Amino acid sequence: MTVEVLGSTASVGDYLQLLKPRVMSLVVFTAFVGLTLAPGTVHPWVGAVAILCILIGAGAAGALNMWYDADIDALMARTALRPVPRGRVKPGEALAFGLFLAGTSVFMLGTLVNWTAAALLAFTIFFYVAIYTMWLKRLTVQNIVIGGAAGAFPPMIGWSAVTGSLDLASLTLFLVIFVWTPPHFWALSLYRTGDYARAGVPMLPVVAGTEETRRQILIYSVVMLPVSVLPALAGVAGWLYAGSALILSAVFLALAHAVRRDHDGQNANRAAKRLFTYSLFYLFALFLVLLIERGFRIAPFAPLADLLR
Amino acid sequence: MTGEPERAGLQPEEQERRRRGRSIAIALALAAMAVLFFITTIVRLGGNVADRAF
Repeated sequence: MTVEVLGSTASVGDYLQLLKPRVMSLVVFTAFVGLTLAPGTVHPWVGAVAILCILIGAGAAGALNMWYDADIDALMARTALRPVPRGRVKPGEALAFGLFLAGTSVFMLGTLVNWTAAALLAFTIFFYVAIYTMWLKRLTVQNIVIGGAAGAFPPMIGWSAVTGSLDLASLTLFLVIFVWTPPHFWALSLYRTGDYARAGVPMLPVVAGTEETRRQILIYSVVMLPVSVLPALAGVAGWLYAGSALILSAVFLALAHAVRRDHDGQNANRAAKRLFTYSLFYLFALFLVLLIERGFRIAPFAPLADLLR
Repeated sequence: MTGEPERAGLQPEEQERRRRGRSIAIALALAAMAVLFFITTIVRLGGNVADRAF
């Protein structure tokens, strides 16, 4: 027997899927590292509340992204099973859910922690939804380059939850994620070109071709080498991080070089997949080393930190 | 949207089950938020309330 469906048919699990749990995990981790590295102290409970607010804010951005992108998500194999294109959650429900969570997370962070962090969280959600999702994603080949900033803000939000300010030192953490984002997504798009072309999303391989994409990945990988060391130069990290960043970035560069070299047949896809998988490990490892340094109280360098003051 | 057949084929028991699940989740989230605000207020005030002059 079937029924006329009047109300919502979504399960709690469908709503949780709207929050993009995997993206949330990376956001929370980098925000936590920012919070840990910031000078000064914060009560552990207040720190946990700040992380929870950032988690909810990231989920809100994910839900609003899924609301707006339902039409193109339905056309791509990777995203076709998301709750909205699948019909489990109505677009209006996803919009209301996302807006409510966005408002709640910003309000909670502002009242319970501080308003600098709350303003930065609000700006991050706005940037991801309005600037990236609604505007740049379907308009320009530089979508992921500029839009990547949204994913790079969380460590700065965590930092400002402690300090109540925006510091140049925390900007170095932002830069690491900002420069990492384009090669990470371009590696994915190299073996998902058909998906993006079908959906009409102007990703680099679709617009400029795979050869140009491979060249750009290599260029960004070269830039990442010095950028990844910046936190150490700015006095946020120490020798263990500096050494790890150099080695991890050198491996990234080698894999990017392999992507540029192997541009035909099976090897091409394999090289792109390897770089994509490694890029996830790379960012996780960099931030984990920062955490380990803080845990073992390894003193940060301070050559640039003195100049920044 | 591509999922209309999935909506139309939903059994009433299943729809009721999902509605109850959503209601419980909302209730738990609201209760957690109230507790969160309460504990955070106490933590932020610290001993300042007990120490104030009468």
